[in-house]
Amino acid sequence: MLPPVFGVLFDGLAYGMLLFLLSVGLSVTLGMMNFVNLAHCAFAMLGGYVTATLVNAMGWPFLLTLPAAFLAAAAAAVILERTLYRRLYKAAELDQVLLTIGIAFMSVATAAYVFGTLQQPIQTPSFLRGSISFLGLHLGAYRLFLVLTGFLIAALLIVALEYTRFGARVRAAVDNQRMAAGLGINVEAAFAITFALGCGLAGLGGALAIEIVGLDHTFALAYLVYVLIVVSVGGLGSIGGSLAAAALLGVSDMFGKYYFPELGAFLIYLVMIAILIWRPAGLFGRR
Amino acid sequence: MTAPLSPAGLYGPQAYLQAQTKWHPLEIAFWLATLLPFFLFPTYLSLASQIAITALFALSLDLILGYAGIVSLGHAAFFGLGAYTAGIISVHGWGDPLLGLVAAGLVAGSLGYATSFIIAHFRHLALLMITMGLGLLLHEVANKASWLTGGSDGLQGVNITPLLGYFRFDLYGYTGYAYSLAVLFFAFLFARRLVHSPFGLSLRGIRENPLRMPAIGAANAAHIRKIYTISAIIAGIAGAVLTQTTSTVALGVLDFQRSADILVILILGGTGRLYGGLVGAFIFMVARDQFSGINPQLWYFWIGLLLVAVVMLLPNGVLGGLAKLTASFRGRTS
Repeated sequence: MLPPVFGVLFDGLAYGMLLFLLSVGLSVTLGMMNFVNLAHCAFAMLGGYVTATLVNAMGWPFLLTLPAAFLAAAAAAVILERTLYRRLYKAAELDQVLLTIGIAFMSVATAAYVFGTLQQPIQTPSFLRGSISFLGLHLGAYRLFLVLTGFLIAALLIVALEYTRFGARVRAAVDNQRMAAGLGINVEAAFAITFALGCGLAGLGGALAIEIVGLDHTFALAYLVYVLIVVSVGGLGSIGGSLAAAALLGVSDMFGKYYFPELGAFLIYLVMIAILIWRPAGLFGRR
Repeated sequence: MTAPLSPAGLYGPQAYLQAQTKWHPLEIAFWLATLLPFFLFPTYLSLASQIAITALFALSLDLILGYAGIVSLGHAAFFGLGAYTAGIISVHGWGDPLLGLVAAGLVAGSLGYATSFIIAHFRHLALLMITMGLGLLLHEVANKASWLTGGSDGLQGVNITPLLGYFRFDLYGYTGYAYSLAVLFFAFLFARRLVHSPFGLSLRGIRENPLRMPAIGAANAAHIRKIYTISAIIAGIAGAVLTQTTSTVALGVLDFQRSADILVILILGGTGRLYGGLVGAFIFMVARDQFSGINPQLWYFWIGLLLVAVVMLLPNGVLGGLAKLTASFRGRTS
């Protein structure tokens, strides 16, 4: 028998995995091109709405909608990257912040206009509902599914970035863009693909998040803060760092909510500021 | 600073600075135009005072963003702190408006000075995150400390006494607009004097090249601390004026949305020009007043579109675009 504190730990871990999925794409693109994309969660929200619409209006099974959410967010990312983002890679970060926050604002208003301002509930399949007993703990089946998905995707990403030719190109571009371009690597194409992949993962995260945190039109701004915390604490461009920071944030947020509800989100912001003052490049950042 | 010789006052640093401080006829026309609402739009005086307050807040952000190049995503922290300070002391019986301004400036300035030690050491993403984090932190504090701030219900019992013991803040907003305009004008005079001083010049140097300035002997960190504190004081005063003219304070004064909005306003008008924030505030507030009547849901869609358009087409804001236009016009005629 395990004490209930492990249950809280598990819930926190599941929440952390969700944050990891939402933020890992931003971490890679920020590290690679130094592009501050505050519209990242708008892609997550898009994925969420794709899943909600497919499940509720078209009767698709939940699991089948996840690849659709990924693809929709990735496709939207490619379009925006080619038309708008590409022009600002060399611009000052203030311009990038303004452009992307403008896109985030537009996405919030569009979502409110199209889907209304109510929460979008979805029906998950029966095997993801209920809970599983393990050593006296009741683990939510959906949360278990989230943890497994999170670890699977982290493993896939690490393998893809560390052991494939494409991964080597991306890492080269992250480390030194000019040198990589000089060696004949098509940095722009590598970035476009990475950007689409990252936003696709955000879309997947948004779809998976509906069951845990819900989905409404404010998602694009409400979770932006958490995603930025994960990215800046974990260190730019570091997948392991994002994973660790997301798990840390998820667990500490859950602990705060269970044991110190009167503190609210206070603790998290304080820890973030302290970590950034101590290590401005994040826990696992290299620069 | 000792002034080098400037033969016939034609060149040299002092002559340059003096030329900068000369009032342009357009500026005088601008400030005279701010008096128009009293005569032409007496029904819109409360909107006009909102514009003046927003312009004051934008001015405070312009000092750090436009002149020292410090991007802040959490400037509403100081605005909100000033608003709450003025509100809370009025609840406890100190409802004099001018006293409220001083208290708000002191409290916001103290927080600004304390955090400026952190701010001065960071740039880029870390700076964005730290300013945003501080803003969120303060919002959370105000939310949780409901015994002091009223939490999400807003502060109850704000009681502002008449200005100078005679002018009441009435519903028509005559006093409100006159008061906020006067505060804006004095803060503007101060900011104008500041940015045209040698100190203002070195701030611009830091904005343009933060590595070179220490090499020529400028104390970057000390300069940034100074201007950040001044900016915090002005933002706090803007918040206090909002509390005093509306007699309410709610958590909204500390929202992230407010920090984002003021950034939008300043960028829209143009940074580093002092008037940018004023023009931006006018356009933004009037547009919001007009649009929100039609469809409040879509207001942020237009703001977003405007931001994308400004970044893509008018990188220096409305005033920057106008300056470019007049420059090209002059180039063609001469």
